[in-house]
Amino acid sequence: MKTLQLFFTALLFVPLTLSAQIQQGPDLGQVTGNVSLLWQSYSEDEAINAAVPAEKAAMNAWANLIYTRGKFSAGLRYESYNNALVGFPGRFKGNGIGYRFARYNDDMFDVTIGNFYEQFGSGMIFRTYEERFLGIDNAMDGMRIVFKPFQGVTLKGVYGRQRLDFDDGLITGDGLIRGADADININQLFEDLADKDLQVNIGGSFLSKFQSGSTIEKDTLFLEVPQNVGSSAGRVNAFYKGFNLYGEYVRKINDPSADNGYIYKDGEAYLASLAYSQRGFGFTLGGKVIDNMSFRSDRDLQLLDAPINFLPPTTKVHTYNLAATLYPYATVITTGESAYSVEVFKKFKPSEIQEGERGIGSSFKKLYNTIVGEYGTTITANFAAANSLDTTNLAGQEGVVYGYERNTLGFGSTKYIRDLNVEVSRKFNKNFKAKYTYYYLEFNTTTNAVTTDFKGLLFADIHVLELQNRLSKHHSLRTEVQTLFTEQDKGDWATLLFEYSFSPHWFVSVMDQYNFGNDDPNDRIHYLYGTVGYIDGANRLTMGYGKRRAGVFCVGGVCRAVPSSNGFEITFTSSF
Amino acid sequence: MKQVLFILLCAVFTLGATAQIPSVNLKDMNGKTVDTASLAKTGKPVIISFWATWCSPCKRELNSYMDYIEDWNEEFGVTLIAVSIDDQRTALRVAPYVNSAEWEYDVLLDTNSDFKRAMQVNNVPHTFLINAAGKIVWQNNNYSVGDEEELYEQLEKLK
Repeated sequence: MKTLQLFFTALLFVPLTLSAQIQQGPDLGQVTGNVSLLWQSYSEDEAINAAVPAEKAAMNAWANLIYTRGKFSAGLRYESYNNALVGFPGRFKGNGIGYRFARYNDDMFDVTIGNFYEQFGSGMIFRTYEERFLGIDNAMDGMRIVFKPFQGVTLKGVYGRQRLDFDDGLITGDGLIRGADADININQLFEDLADKDLQVNIGGSFLSKFQSGSTIEKDTLFLEVPQNVGSSAGRVNAFYKGFNLYGEYVRKINDPSADNGYIYKDGEAYLASLAYSQRGFGFTLGGKVIDNMSFRSDRDLQLLDAPINFLPPTTKVHTYNLAATLYPYATVITTGESAYSVEVFKKFKPSEIQEGERGIGSSFKKLYNTIVGEYGTTITANFAAANSLDTTNLAGQEGVVYGYERNTLGFGSTKYIRDLNVEVSRKFNKNFKAKYTYYYLEFNTTTNAVTTDFKGLLFADIHVLELQNRLSKHHSLRTEVQTLFTEQDKGDWATLLFEYSFSPHWFVSVMDQYNFGNDDPNDRIHYLYGTVGYIDGANRLTMGYGKRRAGVFCVGGVCRAVPSSNGFEITFTSSF
Repeated sequence: MKQVLFILLCAVFTLGATAQIPSVNLKDMNGKTVDTASLAKTGKPVIISFWATWCSPCKRELNSYMDYIEDWNEEFGVTLIAVSIDDQRTALRVAPYVNSAEWEYDVLLDTNSDFKRAMQVNNVPHTFLINAAGKIVWQNNNYSVGDEEELYEQLEKLK
């Protein structure tokens, strides 16, 4: 570790020495970077059962630096958890370098040593990524080579271990990952096909994980642990006149793990989607089956630790407070799922009425134009469903070893999610826009444990009205009124939000989440929270104060559970 | 350790002035690979805006710029590249959203946030203005109604 740090320090010295020697050199290279900081204080608040760590305040901070000179670059991320914010992986602690790399990149070769993020295909076989504000980071540490022998052909090889933890520096997991991927764009490879309407990408991957192990004792059986677990995937992505068809299949050999109850069944994943769009209209159709595809560099880990692959959830990523944070859906990777989704986008524009046009046709047009308005109305309707797999449990010794058999790609008997949502947005005039969204949810809180107050299938209706008023050239007000109705869990909620911004630097917002329908009158609490923000270019500072509800905090559909808290919060982000 | 950081900070202040657009291979909405370094080599100014289908302020920003982009293009020759950081969960929604919203921007898909990291973007929306020489001259990690005025002023400075 120390040697590595010295090595990277030395790499960063090189340009400095150069810059000292060549005062007005043609290319001294450049340094870019970013800084982010989260600070939170915790006060006692019995009414909401607020989390108060002994140190009363916590701070996470990160600084990324990348030096680039021509085809060479090197970078690092310094991380600081003093101590980690409540809700973050609690074992993240101390200060140090959590990510560092050196890279050479030209038109044909791209070689990285150290840490890197990579994705093969849709990521169902391999994806490393980070959401540092959620404490998610499964970066590789090792080596990556990308080779582009011809236009349209990309070959990748990865080798290394994954980030698992942070304790005054990066801690990698137990398993070793070796993978390769080929991606071919047929139309870029063959010049004659370059301008054809049909554009086709094909790809394939292979990835193997090594983790030492001996035997597992199950029932009366002693089973040998597969130390090398191989997986492979094939994919096709085709485009034709507004249509986009994507398909991917992944297979993984036996991989007994904590997630699957240490069974030896092979894993499989199917993903198929079709999208079409033209000006003013679009739709998507998607289906997927995830069967025993939890894949980690350590077979004994669970939840957010050391995943090798990414199994995308089928539901839309919701953005409004109640829909996004109370019942967000995540793919059920332990027992698997069969899922599909449908979405339609349509913009209704006013139709032209010819001068002198009369009769019932023109009356209808007038009525239609009144409804959709001068600027038009956009409607988006989305439906997603997921169930357990259609399986039969195996009996006897076979059952102990292999667990179950999948009968079809269709639905099993347990409902995981039904999510119907319709969004209507209309611009009334230059200064006023409104958007209404309705959600119908059936959410299984046993398979997606987002609450401890209710286990079973939860039914909820959510209504959200958002209003945007432009008050003057630089001043605007945004209002959200949200309600969630359910007989289960914590009962009904309402959220009211006002956000006043004065461009280009300031905003102030106040949000109240009110659990007015809680069965226990003592829990009918207002969670009031205020924020002030100042933005100057790439610098963004926000300060908040108030009560935070226990719930799930998400960025782009990836979530972590946070406990309720009361106190101040400061965030600062900057880049240069 | 502290010395290392100190030296890095010095490096930032001595070398940090000349930001250029890093090279990352992204796919466009037709599956074609695009090298991001080429975006700033057209000899004309370009706006690069990071967004996602799940980011409301991003969509407000890009919907608002649609009212101006034609005029800005005529006046300054500027084009806008909208870089979606949607991952595989929502990447399929990008093209239908873009088309139904009638955006006329070039859209690139940064499904594993490689370009986002290379551009040092912490969160979206984050919009860059790059001059004809390929240098970042302005950026904004926010969108509020009225920011188009600020961007217009910055465009005027490029003349």
